[in-house]
Amino acid sequence: MLEQLEKLHLEAIDKLNCVSEAKELELWRIRYLGKKSQLTQFLRSVGSLPLEERRQLGDRANKLKLTLESSLAEKEKILEETCLTSLLGHTGLDITLPGRPIPAGRLHPTTQTLEEIYSVFTRMGFHVVEGPDVEWDYYNFEALNIPPDHPARDMFDTLWIDSGETGKKSRLLRTHTSPMQIRIMEKQRPPIRVIVPGRTYRYEATDATHESMFYQVEGLAVDTNITLADLKGTLFEFCHHLFGHQRKIRFRCDYFPFVEPGVEVATECLACQGSGCRLCGYSGWLEILGAGMVHPDVLRRVGIDPEIYSGFAFGMGVERIPLLRYGIDDIRLFYSNDLRFLTQF
Amino acid sequence: MKASLKWLRSYVDIKLTPQELAGKLTMAGLEVKGIQITGSSWDNIVVGEVIATNPHPNADRLKLATVNLGNQQITVVCGAPNISAGQKVVFAHTEARLIDGHTGKPALLKPATIRGVLSEGMVCSEKELGISDNHEAILVLSPEAPVGIPLSEYLGDAIFDLDITPNRPDCLCMVGIAREIAALTGETLHLPEIDYEESAESINSFISIDIADPKLCYRYCASLVTGVKPEPSPDWLQQRLTGYGMRPISNIVDITNYVMLEYGQPLHGFDYHKIKGRKIIVRSAGSGETIPTLDGVVRTLARDNLVIADEEKAIAIAGIMGGLDTEVTDATTAILLESASFNRTTIRRGASQLNLQSEASIRFDKGLSSDLTLAALKRATQLLINLAGGKAAKGIIDEYPGRTEQKAIVLSAKEVKRLSGMEVSTDEMLTALQSLGFECQQDNLTPQISVLPPYWRSDIKYTADVVEEVIRVIGYDKIPITQLSTLLPAQILMPELSFKQKLQHILAGCGFQEILTYSLVSQEKLQKLSPGQELKLNPLKVANPMSKEQEYLRTSLRANILSTLSSNQRHEETGIRLFEAGKIFLPQGKELPLEKEMLCAVLNGARQELSWHENGKALDFFDAKGVAESLLSKLGLTATFEASDDEGLFPGKSAAILIDSDRIGTVGELHPSVAQAFELDGITSLIEVDVAELMKKAGTANKYQPIPRFPGITRDIALVVDKQVTYQQVADIVQKIALVKKVTLFDLYTGVQVPEGKKSFALRVIYQSPDRTLTDREIDKLHQKIVSRLHQELGATLRG
Repeated sequence: MLEQLEKLHLEAIDKLNCVSEAKELELWRIRYLGKKSQLTQFLRSVGSLPLEERRQLGDRANKLKLTLESSLAEKEKILEETCLTSLLGHTGLDITLPGRPIPAGRLHPTTQTLEEIYSVFTRMGFHVVEGPDVEWDYYNFEALNIPPDHPARDMFDTLWIDSGETGKKSRLLRTHTSPMQIRIMEKQRPPIRVIVPGRTYRYEATDATHESMFYQVEGLAVDTNITLADLKGTLFEFCHHLFGHQRKIRFRCDYFPFVEPGVEVATECLACQGSGCRLCGYSGWLEILGAGMVHPDVLRRVGIDPEIYSGFAFGMGVERIPLLRYGIDDIRLFYSNDLRFLTQF
Repeated sequence: MKASLKWLRSYVDIKLTPQELAGKLTMAGLEVKGIQITGSSWDNIVVGEVIATNPHPNADRLKLATVNLGNQQITVVCGAPNISAGQKVVFAHTEARLIDGHTGKPALLKPATIRGVLSEGMVCSEKELGISDNHEAILVLSPEAPVGIPLSEYLGDAIFDLDITPNRPDCLCMVGIAREIAALTGETLHLPEIDYEESAESINSFISIDIADPKLCYRYCASLVTGVKPEPSPDWLQQRLTGYGMRPISNIVDITNYVMLEYGQPLHGFDYHKIKGRKIIVRSAGSGETIPTLDGVVRTLARDNLVIADEEKAIAIAGIMGGLDTEVTDATTAILLESASFNRTTIRRGASQLNLQSEASIRFDKGLSSDLTLAALKRATQLLINLAGGKAAKGIIDEYPGRTEQKAIVLSAKEVKRLSGMEVSTDEMLTALQSLGFECQQDNLTPQISVLPPYWRSDIKYTADVVEEVIRVIGYDKIPITQLSTLLPAQILMPELSFKQKLQHILAGCGFQEILTYSLVSQEKLQKLSPGQELKLNPLKVANPMSKEQEYLRTSLRANILSTLSSNQRHEETGIRLFEAGKIFLPQGKELPLEKEMLCAVLNGARQELSWHENGKALDFFDAKGVAESLLSKLGLTATFEASDDEGLFPGKSAAILIDSDRIGTVGELHPSVAQAFELDGITSLIEVDVAELMKKAGTANKYQPIPRFPGITRDIALVVDKQVTYQQVADIVQKIALVKKVTLFDLYTGVQVPEGKKSFALRVIYQSPDRTLTDREIDKLHQKIVSRLHQELGATLRG
């Protein structure tokens, strides 16, 4: 009997070595360790043997069972590993095939720029407010020190709203976002710190550098002790955020009827780094915005005492920023909405 | 405004390079847009005089020219037909850099033997100097050109192109710019000395002046010069006018132009003998009065035009253009010179009415100081005597009814600091202001100074104006850089803006490309939105549109978004998803329009981009509805959809979006005739939302729902119902059953397996209790209840 067990042992191990897949292994298990296997049968009958034999053979049979079980476990592990290796090794997938397309939505480059502008100024304590596109002459011009027939009206070619009566020109499409300076100051006492984004319009033939509609962002801060130096600090901060901290910025005297002193801010040309090129008209500088201290007459008109309060205002064209940054050579691309343009941003 | 560096140098010493000077002027508010430099490469080129020309021994067409250069005489070969003895010419020594007449490229001049004669140097044409393309003839200089001096000294110059802002009419002249340069560089200004003899009779015996309305003409000064001889102006004067871009005419006209460019004050010279009645009247034009102007055009005037008239008729349009009848000609012997100050609005309106902007009118309309008139008049009178050989009448007429008192402005270093943030001492203030011609008085008891602006500065009225002057001279680059340090203002709430931003981001997240289209649209496009019907809204019209395409303010976002879709269809092969969030303009009578924020999205084309995975079907109504549902779900909202009567949409394939029975928008496929009008291919679906209405609904915060602790149990039902029964009817019944957590329609079938006139819905129902695990028996009962309710109310049967 003992010999039989030894033979069984050898045979089982021999067969196990030949097993190469999970299905065969299961058959092997049934054959050598299953309920009906020779070994199980034997172990079940071992109790009927004489004591001496029972001890010797039972012991041997139990050991054999343990050995076979551990060999089985070992084989199982090996098979699993081989199986995984072959699974990982033989997918045959061409990973260069294109992925499943998912439509990618985007915001318009102007919107993206506006959000960037909001983020810089809101961090400096400015609130974002909006105003009407269709304005009264009063807000767009008169309240800003540009009465009828003022030469500064030449700076703003205006689209007027047809009132049905000849010669009456009181409603217009705002030529700048500055009318909101007046609307805000009429409603709110200092301290004031706002930026106003919005569409502005000009009676202008369009070409690569001119559009009849464009976005501006206006800024206004009014309080006691607000100075030109604060304006300089605020706008330098802004320009550094948008054009890089290393870029040189020029803060020079300029004229707008509703500020005094007046300022123009320019950055070193993005294309030639200041050495002069076609983009900057060989000056090395790109004008970015107009600004200044709110004119005393403007403050007085809205009932703010210019002897006590002071304020600064600025206005910038929005498209100019992506135009310069990305080297876009035609401003008309912005609102003709060709997807081949828009999907580049 | 063009300004010649050479000309400016006659008033102020300039040590800076043209570029440095341009930088200084630009910083101080006089922007230099460009500098044109001539003569910077004219080394070894001098002014010479041809003293003899002889035939070339070996060539008929060439000559040997002997040129006197002051310290030497050189004989060179010359091929130009126009050379002759006595001419002042441009002579280039060898090693001069010239433009090669044939190749057009710069090259160094080398000694050359031409037909056996050695030629060391050359008499130059304009082309060789790079001045023009003329290569046929040599450049002949004025007889006054000084022999031997470098050409760069004689002809070289830097012309600045200045952008003078409307507040600085005083800088529309050389003296004004020179004055700025003097102040900015600390140099002294040297004005021409004006001194002449008045040797004729008193001016009052020649002419009298009458100003009809002192509100339109503040001042009228006049001088009279007799015995003038009209002839070409001297070389220097012609050069200066040409440098500015003006054509020299004759000494008398040139002098008035020259003094205008020098002092900024427009002048006009009348032929005295053509003035009728020895009288000048400044008056408003008669309605329909005509005048032939210097340009030969007969102008019809209106009553608000101001004219200069004699006893009979208008002889000039004041401040705009002179009349032909009193024009200075070769026969003129006596000149009445006018130097006046007019109401700027009158000039501005007149020039624009007559469409006649002149050098004079652009200066007057900026508000020139009335105190400029006298100095300019005297300067011109002096030049008439010196250059046209005249005799001045004794005295000057000076009618000055519009004289105003100048007010002193009080300034302190503290005020400069308050506005500019810059620490400036009283001394620095004084230096800066005095350099600009301000009269300053220092009060020893207070730290204030009192300043009187110089008469030419019509733009200075307030302290802030003077502060700008101080820091402009000190330099804007010296202004410190500080951050706002005052208290943060109270929050201004603009929830619309951030809500709109949220919608923009959601739509982009749903795969939509944002577009921004013009606020203006053509009537034709608006009409396309409701073909064959009258426009319900009369859109606001632009009185002076640039084109028909941009004549009306949009009353809907649809027109422009559909045109954009259409134009993109021409080159996009795949599905297009576009949206715009923007204003529409609803007229409110004579008031400003209601500006309403709308959101409009359109979808068209293949749902899936063409790929190897699966090739999608066309986007349709349910894609649009899905986007609307997704948008609302991100805002925590659910909507119901009801049949819509939107005439731009496909009847039966469009729905109103309702939240709590309030309409917030529309979704649907485009009406085929609208699609056709916009030349759109395929199915176009559209979502349109009133942003403000939606925001009202989205305002209420959602309550948190606890995550269920007990499992949900899923059962499917396949129903057969009549075709007319809507899904909404079925879903409403199922959802009303207690413990039904969710109903999902996962199949809709009509076809051979269901009877004619019927359809089948396959529903997946999830049952869930918040407080226990449901048993099979409970669910069986609920399920049975659903089936019987559907049967009772809708005649639904289970599908076998």
